[in-house]
Amino acid sequence: MSKSLIGKKLGMTQIFSEDGESVPVTVIEAGPCVVTQVKTEEKDGYSAVQIAYGEVKPNKINKPQKGIFEKLGVKPKKHIREFRNLGFEDIEPGDKLTVEQFEVGDLVNVAGISKGKGFAGNIKRHNHATGPKTHGSRAYRIPGSIGSTDSSRVFKGQKLPGRMGHDQVQMQNLQIVKVMKEDNVILVKGSIPGPKKGIITIESVE
Amino acid sequence: MNIFHKIDRENRKKDIPEFIAGDTVKLNVRVKEGDKVRTQPFVGVVIRRQGSGARETFTVRKVSHGVGVERTFPIHSPSIANIEVVRRGDVRRAKLYYLRERMGKKAKVKEKARAPKPE
Repeated sequence: MSKSLIGKKLGMTQIFSEDGESVPVTVIEAGPCVVTQVKTEEKDGYSAVQIAYGEVKPNKINKPQKGIFEKLGVKPKKHIREFRNLGFEDIEPGDKLTVEQFEVGDLVNVAGISKGKGFAGNIKRHNHATGPKTHGSRAYRIPGSIGSTDSSRVFKGQKLPGRMGHDQVQMQNLQIVKVMKEDNVILVKGSIPGPKKGIITIESVE
Repeated sequence: MNIFHKIDRENRKKDIPEFIAGDTVKLNVRVKEGDKVRTQPFVGVVIRRQGSGARETFTVRKVSHGVGVERTFPIHSPSIANIEVVRRGDVRRAKLYYLRERMGKKAKVKEKARAPKPE
């Protein structure tokens, strides 16, 4: 069974491991989530689980969504995401998912929208090297040559300045360091994409 | 309570003695050798305390065989077995970086007169 949750990035801190090392951790508020729909191979052509997370005022969501939650008899939720169903057997709409499904030591993939960097140059966007700062150089942060005169055009995929960040990014194989059940919080080792309060999805590694 | 305060509190030790820059401390550091753990003493003058909460660190300086040695430890690190204040120093600043440039007697920190005796 693939364990999955929707959550919110709260920020980073550090904690001490048992053998005295300080471990950088990201604090994630995850769940409680409600299963809103179970998609099956026969009915929908593929197998998936749709879950919802986050408090929202009833007048802030549209009518079709309101219907989903009314039918289940739960409070309306703000965020709805779908996960591939990898062997979920005994799951039904209305089921509650919390951080309790995860244990310390589990590996998870965390995905979210990365921080937007605006219009960025080649040095920042594509990790290009800078040119010389001095000795008459006028090529400190420029992209350099973008092609030959022979082809008389610029090939597709040429690395040039442009919008950077605000992409869907997944961090894989992050270790769960701590599960705080009363607070609906889990701590994962390392960083995850996005700003604080950013909505992220957590999925166990299969 | 804020979740960060809660995590911070869980990672803090409660039995840390009071000490500031200028004090001489003796600490026992847990050293892992293979699968054995032994403690190693380190005695020196605290030259700075930095940070706050569970992330606070301090730097201890000693002169060993004529070579200055500085080690920085997280105060709440489980690898520190204990901290013992040997002597209270009389200093006028919070960061004693000037000790690095001094040798011999000049590099000594005066003992605080009528200081409360460290236990």
